[in-house]
Amino acid sequence: MKQDYSNQELQVKAIEYRKALLKYIKIANAGHTGGDLSCIDILNVLYNDILNVSPSSINDPKRDRYIQSKGHAVEALYVVLAGSGFFKASDLETMGQYKSHYIGHPTKKVPGVEQNTGALGHGLPIASGIALSGKKDGANFRVFTLLGDGEMAEGSNWEAAMFAGHYQLDNLVAIIDHNTLQITGMVQNVMRSNPYKDKFEAFGWAVTEMDGHRIPEIREKLYITPIQAGKPTLIVANTVKGKGISFMEGKRKWHHKVPTDAEMEIAYTELEQALEEISRL
Amino acid sequence: MKLGIANQQVFANTLAELAKKDTNLYTVTSDSRGSGKLEKFGEDLPEQIVEVGIAEQNLVGVAAGMASTGKKIYAVSPSCFLTSRSLEQIKNDVCYADNPVNLVGISAGVSYGALGSTHHSMHDLAVLRAINNITILVPADNYETEMAVKASYTSNTPYFIRLGKSPMYHLPRRDTTFQSGKIAVIKEGSDVVFFANGETVSKAYEAAIELAKEGVDVAVISLHTVKPLDKSGILNWANKCSAVLTIEEHAEHGGIGEAIASVLMKNGVYKPFHLVGIPDEYTITGNQTEILSHYGISKQGIYENAKKLLQR
Repeated sequence: MKQDYSNQELQVKAIEYRKALLKYIKIANAGHTGGDLSCIDILNVLYNDILNVSPSSINDPKRDRYIQSKGHAVEALYVVLAGSGFFKASDLETMGQYKSHYIGHPTKKVPGVEQNTGALGHGLPIASGIALSGKKDGANFRVFTLLGDGEMAEGSNWEAAMFAGHYQLDNLVAIIDHNTLQITGMVQNVMRSNPYKDKFEAFGWAVTEMDGHRIPEIREKLYITPIQAGKPTLIVANTVKGKGISFMEGKRKWHHKVPTDAEMEIAYTELEQALEEISRL
Repeated sequence: MKLGIANQQVFANTLAELAKKDTNLYTVTSDSRGSGKLEKFGEDLPEQIVEVGIAEQNLVGVAAGMASTGKKIYAVSPSCFLTSRSLEQIKNDVCYADNPVNLVGISAGVSYGALGSTHHSMHDLAVLRAINNITILVPADNYETEMAVKASYTSNTPYFIRLGKSPMYHLPRRDTTFQSGKIAVIKEGSDVVFFANGETVSKAYEAAIELAKEGVDVAVISLHTVKPLDKSGILNWANKCSAVLTIEEHAEHGGIGEAIASVLMKNGVYKPFHLVGIPDEYTITGNQTEILSHYGISKQGIYENAKKLLQR
């Protein structure tokens, strides 16, 4: 929910979220660490600055919606939702355990989660349906969905891209977490889904890009959506897999690797240093 | 029996009637409004029909998104495509995420006749039976179709309604009420019970009348609700009769025959049993009637299967 945070306050949160998600991944001994770290800054801005949704308005028909299509980055979503008070952060200690609701992909059993995702190529069609409902009702809410770049090989995304363009769903904002890596290797080598800009523009979308880790830039880009009336918005977020932890950045093996105790120590030291740098600004 | 209209037409008429009173009701189609008999709906209520084009995955994803905002959604597409092309969307976006979409599989079974196996849905009930959180309705005649649509409308959970496109006979019925989740008794009997559903029920009934002339007393049950299965209703009639024959316009694998056999076995009801369905092969060429007759899903075929069963 919009809280009028300063950029510095959000930058501090970005570090806190990273510490929390590593902690819970370590406890669960599982998680999509690299992809969590590439999208966490976008989630930070969405939930703290953009989305008109809070624990008290989660059932309000007029709320903004966020659908996380790249469901495997669920740990990032969990720590941000916990940070916004949708549930107690300590609940995440049960992540992946017998009978826990906090499983490896989002489900509506977790307060704040809008849809059950995880099978890829599902978020954009669902988000498009919600956006069309909003148009039919003359409602003002916006629908945001976050897609992985590897996920862009799914045909259902392109069916939905065509649909959203056709119905001029300018209340829909899709963000591609363009961290350039998927489990097999570079997206460009596995299956080139670029150029997103040309493709989506041809489907009737307005397209922009941003540095998906620079908080002020993410705020600015998300504020000004829709970019163009009558067109859905695509934001290509240029990101780094494993962002914020030096030895994880841009490394494919961190797709779903869990840090060792020694790696945890280094990661925390780096995050503490980053925190000091922010507080000196 | 008096001949009525196609169940698909009854669906379209009933839906239009409901939609005129409820502007929150939408139908979502994948270039399928023609086969779904929804062209008039589209002309009369253009704001309440959403066209997605030939894109069945998106059809179900969009339907799930719209349903999540509280709209009454009917996603209509040929059953062959709806339950295979969009199966993952049905499983995840509708059932698992509990978005109460009403999925309507039209021209189901071998309705499309000589168009061939690409257009037949021999598998739809099998795949959907294995998915949690969906009610599966296969209405037999015009009355059951209207009731099925109304049952789905008043519910707030996912539904699948399987419809054919041939005009259907109005079945005589002992039960005048339709209850989703319960069997419908079309005819009572004690020698053999026929469990059928959809367009095969009238054929089963005709065979039962033929057998009655020879003194064979047949019970005919419309198993319009495939899921959840009315176990007590099935056991009740299996216990009353000496033998059990199931009839379906579906693959022998995973349809109502196997479902009923499972209920009987689990409950220790061991009676002569036979299953009439489409065997494990690509269907022979022909129109719907020819294909069904070829596999014994006809008045004559059911009659002969019943006689054989009773001789065991």
